[in-house]
Amino acid sequence: MYGGGNTFEGIKTDSLAQEDPQKLAEFEARIARGEKIEPTDWMPELYRKQLVRMIEQHAHSEIIGALPEGTWITRAPGFKRKLSLMAKVQDEVGHAQLLYSAAETLGKSREQMIDDLITGKSKYSNIFNYPAFTWADSCFISWLVDAGAIVNQLANAKGSYGPYCRALDRICAEESFHLKYGHHCVIYLASGTEKQRQMFQEALNRWWPPMMHFFGPSDKISAHTEVLMRWKVKMSTNDDQRNQFLDMYVPKIWELGFTIPDPNLKKNPETGRWDYTEPDWEEFKRVINGDGPCNKERLEVRRVAEERGQWVREALKSPSLRYVTPLA
Amino acid sequence: MNELALKELLYKIADDQLILGHRNSEWTGFGPLLEEDIAFSSMAQDKVGQSYAIYQMLNQLGEQEPDTVAFMRNANQFHNCQLVELPNGEYDFSLIRHFLYDTAEITRFDFLANSSYEPLAQLARKIKGELKYHTLHANTWIKKLGNATEESIGRLQGSLNKALPYALGIFEPSPLEQEIIASGFFAGEEVLKKQWMEKVELLLSQTQLNLPDWKTIQPVLGGRVGQHTEHLQPLLDEMSEVFRIDPSAEW
Ligand SMILES: [Fe+2]
Ligand SMILES: [Fe+2]
Ligand SMILES: [Fe+2]
Repeated sequence: MYGGGNTFEGIKTDSLAQEDPQKLAEFEARIARGEKIEPTDWMPELYRKQLVRMIEQHAHSEIIGALPEGTWITRAPGFKRKLSLMAKVQDEVGHAQLLYSAAETLGKSREQMIDDLITGKSKYSNIFNYPAFTWADSCFISWLVDAGAIVNQLANAKGSYGPYCRALDRICAEESFHLKYGHHCVIYLASGTEKQRQMFQEALNRWWPPMMHFFGPSDKISAHTEVLMRWKVKMSTNDDQRNQFLDMYVPKIWELGFTIPDPNLKKNPETGRWDYTEPDWEEFKRVINGDGPCNKERLEVRRVAEERGQWVREALKSPSLRYVTPLA
Repeated sequence: MNELALKELLYKIADDQLILGHRNSEWTGFGPLLEEDIAFSSMAQDKVGQSYAIYQMLNQLGEQEPDTVAFMRNANQFHNCQLVELPNGEYDFSLIRHFLYDTAEITRFDFLANSSYEPLAQLARKIKGELKYHTLHANTWIKKLGNATEESIGRLQGSLNKALPYALGIFEPSPLEQEIIASGFFAGEEVLKKQWMEKVELLLSQTQLNLPDWKTIQPVLGGRVGQHTEHLQPLLDEMSEVFRIDPSAEW
């Protein structure tokens, strides 16, 4: 997972008036030419702030996203699934590590970011506030949530901030394996017993609404982000990403014989875009602001893990620690 | 070839790897540092993968499919030592167990690389390469945390004291121990234990941890003949929860 396209809030552009106009113009010209901005380059404060927020949210989403699937590692049916799911979730934790490092280049420490996650000050992808009840839910996540993440991350990989783009290039390569794994799991459920098919259909019914929320509020109601688009922080609109996802995956879901729980879902031949029932954006807001089925549990797990690991991190800072060089 | 003795040896090794691999994987998402989540997950993948390879070898010898063997047996049919089935506890316990177990494991595979059963010798030579990183990881962390703060040293000491009786249970002789040795499949638990003790003593001497006199430690036995703590059956129930919905289904 799991990009941050869904969590852009309204931004104040006032601070731009304080920036050196010449430097700002040079900065924008570099981005327009397709150059990457590197950590020591000049950048407007607003750019720095938005990037930290976005990369940090992305990192949190990776590590929180490891939880709903992680609980299925110990229950995965058979060696092949068990081994693949372990590797997959491990990758997600690795993505968090890469992304925290990328965000650190902009001046915020990992500790601070994790603190802000635990206190609820910074957000993560809303979809992980929903529970994974069955094995089929974990398969839905591996296939379709990761698919959504890829749409988002491939777009962001073409953004303007060098360290984030490089992290995303590595991440996207791994995500494509996750997608293959997830698709494979769903194919087995689809071609399996009646019970297995039913398990996935129920997972699809549960996860479709949060999946539609995944790309963020409809363009009609979302905050204006022109300056972020110009700076290649935000690379495409929420509706464009949602449409791209539907284009790629609805046919694949139908092909497996499952029913998507939206009677209005169809491709409009005139616009070439997908029509669907407008997602419930009130629910989206409620959940992202803390009132979802799993918000408390997810943050509690993270908080307890941090608390239980505190003594280890303290010990690593100990001055009495003789540095031990590993001999490979 | 004494197939019964060979299978007994293979089962206990595979069961050890599977159960500890499963326990290691429980750290995913909960580690004290992201780096440790990742490390424990790597070791979990190696161990579960190794158990899979050994169950495949057993399958070649006429036993059931690896999935059936791993996901359908009950606790009393497992021959892992009790050390590996204990819950993860806090990080200090998981780390101490990892150190004690993996030190034995790499030594065991050193011996197995010379097994008279050629498929096992070949596999052991391959596995040894993976295990090198496990002991490197364990040794590095034990040395770090065993020399750091009062709390880290105290925690490791407490967990060491708790784990040692179970660790000696790794070397519980198999019922067919003499046949295993005589057939040249493996040098035997007694020889393994001696080398293990030396390695454990050497590493701990580089820390501020105290190793109690071996003679005072009462080994916890029984795992090798299917006697387990109350922790193994729930682990297996969880592991097979989905598989048992329909064991004939393909997942
Ligand atoms: Fe992924
Ligand atoms: Fe990811
Ligand atoms: Fe991995």
